[in-house]
Amino acid sequence: MKIAVIDDSAARAAVIEEGLREAGLTDVTVLIDRRGVVAELERLSPDVILINLENPSRDMLEESFALSRALSRPIAMFVDQSDEASIADAVDAGISAYVVDGLRKERIKPVLELAVRRFSAFSRLQSELHEARSALAERKTIDKAKMLLMKRRKVDEPTAYALLRKQAMDGGRRIVDVAEALITAESLLGGDA
Amino acid sequence: MSRFRIGFLPLVDSALPIIAQELGFAKQEGVEIALVRDRTWAAVRDRLAYGQTDAAHLVAPIAIAMALGLDRPATPIGAPFMLSLNGNAIAVSHVLAEMLGVGIEADARTVGERLAVVAKEEAARGRKLRIAVVHRYSSHNYMLRYWLAACGLDPDQDVEIIVIAPPFVADAFAAGEIDVSVVGEPWNSLAVERGDGVIISSTSRIWKRGVEKLLAFRADVLDERRGEVEALLRALYAAGQVAMDPARTEDVAELLSREAYIGLPSPLIARALSGRLVCRKDEEPAKLRDFLVVHGEAANFPWRSQAMWLYSQMARWGHAKPTEDGFAAAAAVFRPDVYRSAFAGTGAVLPGASLKVEGAISEPLGAGSHGGRLVLGHDRFFDGRLFDPDDVFGYLAQDGVGR
Repeated sequence: MKIAVIDDSAARAAVIEEGLREAGLTDVTVLIDRRGVVAELERLSPDVILINLENPSRDMLEESFALSRALSRPIAMFVDQSDEASIADAVDAGISAYVVDGLRKERIKPVLELAVRRFSAFSRLQSELHEARSALAERKTIDKAKMLLMKRRKVDEPTAYALLRKQAMDGGRRIVDVAEALITAESLLGGDA
Repeated sequence: MSRFRIGFLPLVDSALPIIAQELGFAKQEGVEIALVRDRTWAAVRDRLAYGQTDAAHLVAPIAIAMALGLDRPATPIGAPFMLSLNGNAIAVSHVLAEMLGVGIEADARTVGERLAVVAKEEAARGRKLRIAVVHRYSSHNYMLRYWLAACGLDPDQDVEIIVIAPPFVADAFAAGEIDVSVVGEPWNSLAVERGDGVIISSTSRIWKRGVEKLLAFRADVLDERRGEVEALLRALYAAGQVAMDPARTEDVAELLSREAYIGLPSPLIARALSGRLVCRKDEEPAKLRDFLVVHGEAANFPWRSQAMWLYSQMARWGHAKPTEDGFAAAAAVFRPDVYRSAFAGTGAVLPGASLKVEGAISEPLGAGSHGGRLVLGHDRFFDGRLFDPDDVFGYLAQDGVGR
């Protein structure tokens, strides 16, 4: 089975491609760039096209698939109505699939399910990464505020942190918010923050 | 509070649900609207079909294509409320604007016939003009084809019609990928401001009452949440009255310009709302009458004859079959029954009929109605043709389409 993966995120496409290959589906082509995608698909003539739901090229591709109806291998979206549930899962995960006419459902379903799992895993990884990044940014902000306090109040680091924490607890705010307010105030007042 | 997730594309004609939510009309009706923005019609459609949204701001023919199951499994759809009429401009590259030598000052016939001459010359040189529309099943595509054909071009042979989603049209001009586009605002104005496009006409000049965006629901949602749906429609109607008020244009433009909605500067958005479009960079705006109509003169009423006109064009261009059943299925997508029950006793004007001859009104005309005086505005096609919903096959035969 020949599969094309179209995704404007190269990283996500790689994750999906890897999953398909691990499952023994080795005839996989990844297309990232919007330009030339229609010509590339015509050349490849894939059986299944997996594309991220939000891909900007979808309206354009659907026009070319509709035109393919005149060809020997027409492509349509989710041709098999008997499996609406797995299609709905795919849409929930953020994937759309287009399938060449006549391809049997039992052959499409595992591909779609695999793509859904990989897509969801990628989203999870991304949100973990995002959390890790923002945790790091928060740590940096707090460190900066501590340095400010140490300099201005001539205190040591544990005391500076205790000051921040007390202010946060008294005000019902997060330490990082207090730290940020402090840095902003310092910079507004012409300090070196 | 009952909640509706409504999918939309960043376009000025998505104004009503945004106004209804932001200015409190939804809340007054006990409804909360959560807007879900996408960049392609395919994504808006899929979210609606598979339940990620409850309703969608949708180009009317896509709703019909969904119901008919064109290129995808059929999804029963009901559209009880029109969000807009027209609002699309026809823009060209600067190179083509120079070649044409006519533009916004001329009528649709003059511009179309000149475009036909230039398109044929270019095709003879082996370079067909590339024209972008926003979707295969779009009013843009059908209005364009109607216009070109009436001006002597074969849209399938003499030019190349391609599809580009609205937010990418201005970029396509900048990249030199297209010669012409038919797209909603503010994407034409963006191309003009960047110095990449010139507006030469508008769909409102092709058909005065061109059916454009509707609010689409899955039919099961429409049935199961009927009372809530009707409350939502009343909120949209109230929003329409604000959108129509020239004194509020700036406020509305400001609201729509927010990052979560259109995300472009409000002066660009105000152009479509006021019907005053800057057609070429640094020139004075041109006043386009009824460029975009989001309310008034029963504009929000889903006339079944308008769905049937769209279907006639789908059949004309080979997108759907010219059958009685097809026309009936397309007409059934539009739900005037829901509209009437939502507005019964509210003072809103309710047309007595659900079908009318399209293109027959050249002067504002009183018509049979309940709850006030209904005045129907101009609805002429630029070539003067009439569409009689009782003789759809006669209409198709005029274009050489047989049953």
